[in-house]
Amino acid sequence: MTQPVTAVSPAGTPDDADLSLMLTIRAFELKLLDLYGKGLLNGTTHTCLGQEYIPVAIEGLLDPRDHVFSNHRGHGHYLARFRDPAGLLAEIMGREGAVCAGVGGSQHIRRDRFLSTGVQGESLPVAAGVALHLKRAEPGRLACVYVGDGTFGEGAVYEALNIASLWALPLLVVVENNGIAQSTPTARHLAGSIAGRAAAFGIDHHLIGTSDVAEIRRTLEPLVARVRSRSTPLVVEFVTRRLGPHSKGDDTRPAGAVQALREQDWYAWCAAACPGRFPRLDAEARAHIDAVAAEVTARGPSRWVQS
Amino acid sequence: MRVAENLNTALAALLAREPDLYVLGEDVVDPYGGAFKITRGLSTGFPDRVLSTPISENAVTGIAAGLALSGDLAIVEIMFGDFAALAFDQLLNFASKSVSMYGSRLPMRMVVRCPVGGGRGYGPTHSQSLQKHFVGIPDLAVYELSPFHDNLAVFEEMFARGEPCVFFEDKVLYTRPMGVVEPPFSVAVSGGVARVSLDGPPDCVVIAPGGVAHRALAAMRSLLVEEEIACTLLVPSRLYPFDLPDDADADIRAARRVFVVEESTAGGTWGAEVAHVVHRRHWGRLAQPVTLIHSAGGVIPTAAHLERAALVNESTIHSAITEALGG
Repeated sequence: MTQPVTAVSPAGTPDDADLSLMLTIRAFELKLLDLYGKGLLNGTTHTCLGQEYIPVAIEGLLDPRDHVFSNHRGHGHYLARFRDPAGLLAEIMGREGAVCAGVGGSQHIRRDRFLSTGVQGESLPVAAGVALHLKRAEPGRLACVYVGDGTFGEGAVYEALNIASLWALPLLVVVENNGIAQSTPTARHLAGSIAGRAAAFGIDHHLIGTSDVAEIRRTLEPLVARVRSRSTPLVVEFVTRRLGPHSKGDDTRPAGAVQALREQDWYAWCAAACPGRFPRLDAEARAHIDAVAAEVTARGPSRWVQS
Repeated sequence: MRVAENLNTALAALLAREPDLYVLGEDVVDPYGGAFKITRGLSTGFPDRVLSTPISENAVTGIAAGLALSGDLAIVEIMFGDFAALAFDQLLNFASKSVSMYGSRLPMRMVVRCPVGGGRGYGPTHSQSLQKHFVGIPDLAVYELSPFHDNLAVFEEMFARGEPCVFFEDKVLYTRPMGVVEPPFSVAVSGGVARVSLDGPPDCVVIAPGGVAHRALAAMRSLLVEEEIACTLLVPSRLYPFDLPDDADADIRAARRVFVVEESTAGGTWGAEVAHVVHRRHWGRLAQPVTLIHSAGGVIPTAAHLERAALVNESTIHSAITEALGG
């Protein structure tokens, strides 16, 4: 591991570094919705409001030489890995300094060993291919792929899980089960369970219900170590919450239902548990993102040199 | 040497030379060696890099893309090219897109091999020629197996492009000999295009990919003997992006008549793309628009007599040319 498992903060709350990163991702996503509201962003975006702790916890278990595959809802995955809100915002806004020259936008980003794609389920076979490479060329490294509950509607998921199990590939599948696929609740798009589907392929599955980053890492560290040492796939399913709309203003859930999710949100929980440091770190994160947004918005357009 | 053996030898040579090359596909390992035996012997020589896969064209193509993303090389065999439809998302939305959609060029060295074509009675879902469906995709090149192009050189060229390639192989070619042309015709290969010609200026130019080249040649022979019509045949290895070779200009200027032959069913054909290129370059000097010769519009039937009637063949080509020439 490049980062040791962090010591438990009082009442199981994240330490300052983790909390600050979670708050930075939260501030970034809120800023995007704000910029959209003002008509300053082109296209679409999918925010990870409510799910920020997952990539923060997972990155603590990854090595920079591990590959990470992200999806349409990938800002948190990118920020947890690179802590680069300016590069990401420039990419989303098509400004100078964009990670991918503004070609990929919100959901098609590649940097070092991080890659996101916008088609559901497509990245799992690709990640399996990278895992096949790693198994032979760089034993001990893994391919981590983030998917949602909705992704389990795609056949590519099962083709890839089958091969990953048959060929014993070091593939870590992180499922962010936020209970909803765009507008369709999980109960109406997924028969059986994700655990049952992993079991069908003989793949270990672990369910995570907490949003306590340190506890998540403590639980997963030995399981992820096994992915590396035994070169076997693992499915980790997070029971999480999507607080925002699917993309911009397309949330059809009743206000009461969203409010109930907000009450379970890590943000509310951490604010209550850390009355001293939370307001300070939150203010710092928001100020940082405000400054980044002002600076990036003032930049000239990105330039794409086609070769 | 037969075409299948040339292809098999090329794959073996590539595996020996490229330590990071994988060959993936359904039933490709020995002793079966692939449905058409093109991979026979490869897994015995390279057991850790020639892998039989489940029936999962989507995932296998995605795995090849993952290997390419990691700097490896990958060749996928789709058992019947018709099933490339199941891999289309990976080719269209991931492998080809990755070359440029991340803002800087990302080499993706992978080839998807697709045995295609009819004439063997396999029926509507195992006899198609899907080339046209892969034409026009940015950063995806389309090649076709040909008896006039050594496969080792073709695969070297495809990998050197640094972008995904789909390699179509007309199944009827496997058992045919490489590169044989009977006099009075002679063949010369230059810049990836084989030119089969007679001495003297031609009356028409026929452009045909490898899979139908022997049918075009047979028609050219009967046209010469029965009608005294002289044709030059151009067989490109790369179908898309399509470039008209410079030395074809003299042929087209002399003949002023161009025909494009392919086995695809009618509608949205590769030939239409070729015709556009020819028209742009030669419109003012053509005697007539480029003539497209292809299979009938409709499914490809199983019964031999019905299949024969649907697919482009020597007599289809012969009559299309005599008709266009006012014969």
